[in-house]
Amino acid sequence: MYTTELKDKNQKSAALSVADEDPEKLAAFEARVAADDFIEPKDWMPEAYRKTLIRQISQHAHSEIVGMLPEGNWITRAPNLRRKAILLAKVQDEGGHGLYLYAAAETLGISREEMIEALHSGRAKYSTIFNYPTLTWADIGAIGWLVDGAAIMNQVPLQRTSYGPYARAMVRICKEESFHQRQGYEIMCVLAAGTPEQKRMAQDALNRWWWPSLMMFGPPDDKSPNTAQSVRWRIKRETNDELRQKFVDVTVPQAEAIGLRVPDPALKWDEARGAYDFGDINWEEFYAVVRGEGATAKERIQARTSAWEDGAWVREAAATHASKRAMRLAAE
Amino acid sequence: MSKASSSEAVGPTNSSWPLWEVFVRAKNGLAHKHVGSVHAADERMAIEAARDVYTRRMEGVSLWVVPSSAIVASDPKETTELFEPAADKVYRHPTFYTIPEGVKNI
Ligand SMILES: [Fe+2]
Ligand SMILES: [Fe+2]
Repeated sequence: MYTTELKDKNQKSAALSVADEDPEKLAAFEARVAADDFIEPKDWMPEAYRKTLIRQISQHAHSEIVGMLPEGNWITRAPNLRRKAILLAKVQDEGGHGLYLYAAAETLGISREEMIEALHSGRAKYSTIFNYPTLTWADIGAIGWLVDGAAIMNQVPLQRTSYGPYARAMVRICKEESFHQRQGYEIMCVLAAGTPEQKRMAQDALNRWWWPSLMMFGPPDDKSPNTAQSVRWRIKRETNDELRQKFVDVTVPQAEAIGLRVPDPALKWDEARGAYDFGDINWEEFYAVVRGEGATAKERIQARTSAWEDGAWVREAAATHASKRAMRLAAE
Repeated sequence: MSKASSSEAVGPTNSSWPLWEVFVRAKNGLAHKHVGSVHAADERMAIEAARDVYTRRMEGVSLWVVPSSAIVASDPKETTELFEPAADKVYRHPTFYTIPEGVKNI
């Protein structure tokens, strides 16, 4: 997903303005988008559209990359070779997702380096979900099932988002996500059907990941200043609350099917609505995590920064090799 | 960010590897199709990165990487001028022609 439209530190709360745009061009643009036409990199677009997309796509890319950390943490401790190979493949996919998205953002005129710098300096945000620690193996199951599940819920409509390169990246990503979700759910199934201790572990992971997963959809619609404009521009296809409701509705029966209990006393099926009612979300916690409070947030950025710095010699060697070869070829 | 690459490097530095467009042939008999892009120091690295990123699930049997800077694109502002004339030449389509009832294999 992980497009919770988190605000950058220096961003004002109001939606970006289109007051300075040429009204005729703006009207033509809005008409194209309303007709479900795709906007491509060289097409005219309002600055606010470009900026909103850069923020959304780069946050999404950062989330894919930072999301590799809590799971990568368990690769060496996977319980068997099958699980290890699967987890390795999943984490590798997430790296690929980050790359597709960085490439899509680059078509809007921001460089990869600027984005990486923004992440490492703490200016850019990523999904809050990755600031929670992965304490047991069951967390790897819960992440695949719930976190990737929420991501799918968010990403499927984005395959028809109005910006062509973003939509195409989403198509590739969606093709790969479903394996992520199923492998996670399978881990939960096995644990839930295991010893009482294993089942407790699965329940504990669900208890800890349930609410953060619901928060992945972002603030409620009435507290989400950019939603109206983003929906009109087809940058978002469905609102945060709509997607959250869908997620709850499909996920609760999956928990029940393997004998796990969703940790929400207020959860109950509403016959009239044909949907689950669920309890209030603790948004204070959400905003604290967005602000990067908590030990894990620091650890994540440290891990990213040192991966980047430790890889410097490889990048230097590759660049030097390439330029030497180019010079040799030129001399021939 | 990290330090810049070695000072004598005249080619791409570590902070600005060129961009390459990636094309994949899904199977023999089909054309290469654009799938995305990668940054890489040189063509060898571009092929390897493209392989890792775009063909992890048997998506292809052959890869092309092309420096993005080598691609010349038409300008969206010229869309009308370039593509619209085709719309008033319907006689280029077989359905434009009236063939007598009962005539077959044409
Ligand atoms: Fe992903
Ligand atoms: Fe995933």
